[in-house]
Amino acid sequence: MSQSFDDISAQLKRRHRKSARLKWISMGALGLAGLFLVLFFADMLVKGLPAFQQAQIQVEIDYNEDASRMGRAALDPEVSRLVSRTFERMIPVQLRNNPDLLGTTETRWVLADSEVDQYLKGNRHKLSESQQATVDRLVAQGDLALKFNTTFFTSGDSKMPEASGILAAAVGTVMTLLVTLAIAFPIGVMTAVYLEEFAPDNRLTQIIEININNLAAIPSILFGLLGLAIFINFFGVPRSTPLIGGMTLALMTLPVIIIATRTALRSVPDSIRHAAFGVGCSRWQVVRDHVLPLAMPGIMTGSIIGLAQAMGETAPLIIVGMVAFIPDVSPSFTEAATVLPAQIFTWAGEPEKAFVEKTAGGILVLLAILIFLNATAVMLRKKFERRW
Amino acid sequence: MQTDQLLALFCGTLLVLGLIAFFLGRAKAMKVRNSGTPMTAQPDQYAWFSVLSTAGPAILVGAVGGFVMLLLGAEIPTFYLLAGSLVVAAVGLMIGIAQVRPDFHARKAIERVIRWILVTAALISIFTTFGILFSIVFEALRFFQMHSFWEFITGTVWNPGASFLAAAGRAEEGASAAQFGSVPLFAGTFMITAIAMLVAIPVGLLSAIYMAEFAPKRVRTLAKPTLEVLAGIPTVVYGFFAAITVAPIIVDVAGFFGLDASFNNAVAPGIVMGIMIIPFISSLSDDVINSVPDSMRQGSLALGMTQGETIRDVVIPAALPGIISASLLAVSRALGETMIVVMAAGMRPNLTANPLEDMTTVTVRIVAALTGDLEFESAETLSAFALGLVLFAVTLSLNLVSVLMIRRFREKYRVTNL
Repeated sequence: MSQSFDDISAQLKRRHRKSARLKWISMGALGLAGLFLVLFFADMLVKGLPAFQQAQIQVEIDYNEDASRMGRAALDPEVSRLVSRTFERMIPVQLRNNPDLLGTTETRWVLADSEVDQYLKGNRHKLSESQQATVDRLVAQGDLALKFNTTFFTSGDSKMPEASGILAAAVGTVMTLLVTLAIAFPIGVMTAVYLEEFAPDNRLTQIIEININNLAAIPSILFGLLGLAIFINFFGVPRSTPLIGGMTLALMTLPVIIIATRTALRSVPDSIRHAAFGVGCSRWQVVRDHVLPLAMPGIMTGSIIGLAQAMGETAPLIIVGMVAFIPDVSPSFTEAATVLPAQIFTWAGEPEKAFVEKTAGGILVLLAILIFLNATAVMLRKKFERRW
Repeated sequence: MQTDQLLALFCGTLLVLGLIAFFLGRAKAMKVRNSGTPMTAQPDQYAWFSVLSTAGPAILVGAVGGFVMLLLGAEIPTFYLLAGSLVVAAVGLMIGIAQVRPDFHARKAIERVIRWILVTAALISIFTTFGILFSIVFEALRFFQMHSFWEFITGTVWNPGASFLAAAGRAEEGASAAQFGSVPLFAGTFMITAIAMLVAIPVGLLSAIYMAEFAPKRVRTLAKPTLEVLAGIPTVVYGFFAAITVAPIIVDVAGFFGLDASFNNAVAPGIVMGIMIIPFISSLSDDVINSVPDSMRQGSLALGMTQGETIRDVVIPAALPGIISASLLAVSRALGETMIVVMAAGMRPNLTANPLEDMTTVTVRIVAALTGDLEFESAETLSAFALGLVLFAVTLSLNLVSVLMIRRFREKYRVTNL
């Protein structure tokens, strides 16, 4: 049965329309993925930005006899309910340390209670009608205002939302990552150098290679099980510490660094090795003096990306106990600490509404650091990348 | 003295000994060379050899001693151990200096030592895998001594509550025995993984098709790293997003259709996990589609097929092994994902086919079992390792299949960059 040209051209049109449809659908899919990203960041910004502001209240502190027993007595009873309890608790301590203060008065901006903070930001709160009226009056007088939240950056975790901050977690993250880097970087680079420059192509080498690829794909939580069963229970590394966290993360980061280093080493042209061998260098001298320096930018980029990955990791750290309540900066590598993602996890589990804001604020800080790290890695690559 | 003080002292002394070895070795080599005797290596190489022969055996003795103490439980006082290592270091120093002779190949000796150091480093990755395997298998075996393997695999009730009392010796008569049937956990895991894949595979694959086949070069260079941002966001952040933002939306939408959804429903973590996984699929699929040889596209277009037909009937079938491999990797990633489900999915083991109900997953139970105040010996804690073992086996086999598929693709089209 033959078709007329009209039929065929109609069919052709249909086929082209179908082709165009595929283009639009696939473009839509990419757009959808981008939309997810935009929505996600917008949501985090809306939820997290208020955390960088905190209600503060100007009060007159009267250091009298009663205040040395109960801090609340130093304040006007009308506002004492609106002031953060962490501040009230500090007054007797202050008086004990500095008895000269007794009998003096002082006017200062202090942290307001988180309920006041939430009321000012228009969120759900538990203030009574009369308290709301007081707050409104104080705002009108200029004695109560939202100010930049320095507490968030200068204190550790607390059970009171207004007094909690990320300092302890941030220091813990830095300490943990230092341990990770100290273990994973040398071992990773040495492994890659061995595989690329020294290893004969035998069974052992192949097994090591398959192994490294597999390690990169093992779920992170299983590294936590390894840390718990072997490092903690067997070797007796103290729990919850930057040391154990760093060791566990180092094993996870190792494959990332190895794979990046191998790529970097492979991109160094063979002519450089030949030239070095030609003037009589030994293998190690070739690697140390010629290949490694040229591969360094690539190795650094890979290591930074690996560190950024380790920095956002939470699951294995929970297993090795790094989710404890840590109000103070950890003084050493073998004492309990927490890290930023674990702090976010802890806050996300708090029932008080004010902690939602803190959680999102912590997330913004974490994301900012990660973006900075990745941008540094990209810059490094752009700046030092050489095409041979 | 404290152990860490001793350790610091040990390291300090070793450093000093090393410095002495370096300068003594170099001075001696310089003297020999300046006296006119030709030498087989440079003075610095003799110096470094002396350092290695000082520090290497000492560190080895210290490490072996430490291992013997931990493994065999032998009581060697740390002080004697470190003192012994330092004596070894001193002996090594003397031997190293004595080896500074014109006919000694210091450079070759260093080369050998370095090769061994590198091999040791490379073996650590193998130790890690075996470490994971051993730790999980060993503890899981202890669990299976308490509870039958068959019951673990086929049981439909996960109720570890009573094992806590049993471990404390307070198991009461008539109280329900602890049950470890993992079917509801795996059902929940697969449900959430399936939802994630329903989001990630279409979006990821279509994005890859667009980037590889349709997009102008500028869009492509911009879109790929942007998508990768999705994979770089920490999972704890996704968990918060799923629990605080997405779950209430799901509940509202379900309520709009007259359905009753739990706030810990499986849809919210599933969707968010899917978003996270999009770049895993799109990135690898994009690479695979790009490495399908252009001659195949040209042939197809020359026969009069439209661009869409070429993609559907020629490019995608050719790239299929790579696309399947990417999807398998994504599945394995979703099965092992922890934080999103810990924060957004439920805690209650629930065998149901309704994704709007709360259900729990393997990883959630692992975390729950290991973060409580339970004795390590209790059955609930050990059950985490049994679950981990299954997780390890499943993800490992998925990875292996995925690697095999991509290798077949690579061999077929002689692609080297995958």
